[in-house]
Amino acid sequence: MAVGAARRPATKRNGSAPYTGVPRVRVAVEETLGDEAEELAARVRLLEGFVGRGEIADAAQLALQWLGNAVGITQSICLVRLSGDVSLAVVASQGVGGSAGSFNISLEDWNNPLVTALNHRKQLFFPEPHATADRKRRPSTPFEDAAFHVVPLGVSGFSEEPFGLLLLGGSAPLPHELHWFTSVFGQKLDQILRQEALTEGDRKQGRERSLLYSIINAVSDPILLTDTEGRLLIANSRALTLFTATEEESEGRRSAVRMNNMLLSSALSSKAIEETGAARRELLLVNPIDGSDLVFELLSTVTEDPRQGSGVVSILRNVTDLRRASEEIEENYRKMRVAEAQARAESDRLNLIIDSVADPIVVTDAGGATSLMNEPAERLFTIPKGASAIEQRWVQSNDAHFSSFIAGMLVSADQRRVGEIGLVEAKTGEPMPVEAIAGKILSEHGELTAVVTILHDRREAIEKAKLYEQLKQASDELERKIQLATADIAQQNELLRRQAIELEQASALKSQFLANMSHEFRTPLNAMLGYTSMLLQGVGGPIEAPVKRQLGRIESNGRHLLTIINEILDISRIEAGRMPLQVSKFRIPELVSEVKAELEPIIVRSKLSVTLHVAKDLPPLFTDRQKVKQILLNLLSNALKFTHHGAVTISATADKRDRTVQLSVVDTGIGIAPADQERIFEDFRQLDNSPTRAYGGTGLGLSICRRLAQMLDGRISVQSQMGRGSTFTLALPTKGRR
Amino acid sequence: MNTKTDSNADAKKADRPRVLLVDDYPDAREMYAEYLEFSGFEVVEAENGMEALQRAVETSPDIILMDLSLPVMDGWEATRRLKADKRTAPIPVVALTGHALAGISEGAKKAGCDAFVTKPCLPEDLVKEIRKILESSAANRKVRRSGKYAKSIG
Repeated sequence: MAVGAARRPATKRNGSAPYTGVPRVRVAVEETLGDEAEELAARVRLLEGFVGRGEIADAAQLALQWLGNAVGITQSICLVRLSGDVSLAVVASQGVGGSAGSFNISLEDWNNPLVTALNHRKQLFFPEPHATADRKRRPSTPFEDAAFHVVPLGVSGFSEEPFGLLLLGGSAPLPHELHWFTSVFGQKLDQILRQEALTEGDRKQGRERSLLYSIINAVSDPILLTDTEGRLLIANSRALTLFTATEEESEGRRSAVRMNNMLLSSALSSKAIEETGAARRELLLVNPIDGSDLVFELLSTVTEDPRQGSGVVSILRNVTDLRRASEEIEENYRKMRVAEAQARAESDRLNLIIDSVADPIVVTDAGGATSLMNEPAERLFTIPKGASAIEQRWVQSNDAHFSSFIAGMLVSADQRRVGEIGLVEAKTGEPMPVEAIAGKILSEHGELTAVVTILHDRREAIEKAKLYEQLKQASDELERKIQLATADIAQQNELLRRQAIELEQASALKSQFLANMSHEFRTPLNAMLGYTSMLLQGVGGPIEAPVKRQLGRIESNGRHLLTIINEILDISRIEAGRMPLQVSKFRIPELVSEVKAELEPIIVRSKLSVTLHVAKDLPPLFTDRQKVKQILLNLLSNALKFTHHGAVTISATADKRDRTVQLSVVDTGIGIAPADQERIFEDFRQLDNSPTRAYGGTGLGLSICRRLAQMLDGRISVQSQMGRGSTFTLALPTKGRR
Repeated sequence: MNTKTDSNADAKKADRPRVLLVDDYPDAREMYAEYLEFSGFEVVEAENGMEALQRAVETSPDIILMDLSLPVMDGWEATRRLKADKRTAPIPVVALTGHALAGISEGAKKAGCDAFVTKPCLPEDLVKEIRKILESSAANRKVRRSGKYAKSIG
């Protein structure tokens, strides 16, 4: 409403008073004439409005309202550079809508014509744009495409920079009244800004002071400022605990504080005597809290203050721990020296060990270069003085093989590696396969520092393995042969077993056969002997003497045949185990007489004297009487047969110690050669083997006797001398068979 | 031969002891028979065990000479049957065999034989053996005879 009314007088004023910066006094004079009274009243209103306004926004808003009312400029924006800011911000606006609030201008935007206007204190006018190029030149403002004026705000007459801009809408030229307005408004804003800057400075100083205190309090070392008399002016909290104490504190604490003050002032006064400006010294104080010793390094500096006079700034650095630490460092250093010496000794010993190892040892660094090798390794990998070309080649070949092994080790992730390298003896070129055992040595951080490789000559092991293999082969071969032989033996055993069974069966069959045979022999022989006997007895009538003699021949040959058959039968019965024993208790003298009586006809015929020597104390025998008799008969008939002159004696004695009875037949006959004395007991054995035997008999008699004696647990032995005679002895146990 | 024996038996029955001779081998049987008759015995012959049982019952001999290996029925079986029969049980049986292997005589004794004679046995030795056995059982002979008669009469 007021806007429309205010425009007219402004237009009027445009023509009459161009804006040229006329002094205030003259304007005041002009206003006294006609319109000028009204103008003067308006100026008074503005000046009155400014009184008591301490806020920039308030003052600016009042000013813009005044422009609308008094001059008719209804669209306006006031921008001010606030302290410490690098942009112009809107402090008040009129008639431009809400978009003006967020509008501001960066002072660093040198291309902005508004910034230029501010810096150069220039008024500008931007008309409505007609072409695109015009638009580009215009700064962006809340006026957008509307025409507007730019008026810098500042304090005229001072060299200080303008601190704000007025943007005034409208294309009409600015009225001269505006000049007065900017001057007054500029002064008012400057006043407000200065006031604000002043209070800001006070606040800042207070802040800095408290910051300073908090800084010195944050320092862990005691800091204090003393005057030249040693009085405490400023102290941080650390220093306060050392040098001040209230009445409430304990006596111990207060005396410690007194002591500390004394120590400090004496240190400072001696320092003052030196007057070297700054000095470091050690100061021993007492900890008032626990009474322990504290060692400080005192660093004092004399400060010259023109207002306060000179003082001393002292910084106490607690070196109690430092002292302790340095002592520890010293101790550690000493220990380190000892350790170093030990390490050196260890290293020497290690070298000694490495050199004394017969196996080559090579230490390689992370790059693959050899850093250490012992003497055996040197023989393999270094070229000796005066080496021939071929020897050099051998060493180079060794080197190449080893390097490739190490290269493989370095690229692999393995911590250890065992491999075989085909080296050669450096002196002879003889192949020398070695087992290489390499291990990586890592630092604390896991970095590879070295590779240690031990080479072990494998020749001996290979040779041993070869020998072992040969031995094993030989042993296997032997084992195989033994197995074969064992199998063979087993087979033969089996064969023998079968043969034994077959033989047994054959033997049984033989015995059976002989038994049957003897039966079959005897049946016809029985008839032959029977009829011969009957004829000889004259059953069929009397017979002539020659016929009787002939029948006698038939009879004696028949009996001989019968004897043979009987003896064969006996042997087969014994062998087949079918000769039963019939044990009885009997007396020897009767048996011996019986034997002699049985052979009486032969004894008579032989014309030999047969005598009996039977001991009186003979125990009775408990055995098979028939078999004993059979043996004695055989022995006696043999004696009679082989003795041509002399005598035959049958003796019987007892051996109580052996519990045996000896029955002997002693003759004075032809005798038996020692070599033949065993053979006579074999089957069908007669010493005279000629076709026409002088002595007859079957040759089975002694063989049967020995078998029978064995059955009775006895034995037959012979003693003989050629031409002197023989003694056959049957020894029998008195207890007989068990 | 049987005819002859029977006629002999008829002729000298009263005072001559009767022998039953069992043997399958004719030469041996006839030889012994001839000699036994020559020695004053009455002889009844049989060729096998079965025949022997028959003859023993028929003729009631004083003694039986039993060969063991016989056809049809062997001597062991015949002896067992003779000993099992009340009529023939008291008659002494002499086993007469060429078998000389162990166990034969044992088997013969088990079968009931009273004596055992091994062939070859000369005729005179056999006669000696028979006489010995007959003498030892002379006391019983009359009793057996009367028994036989009693039977015949019965």
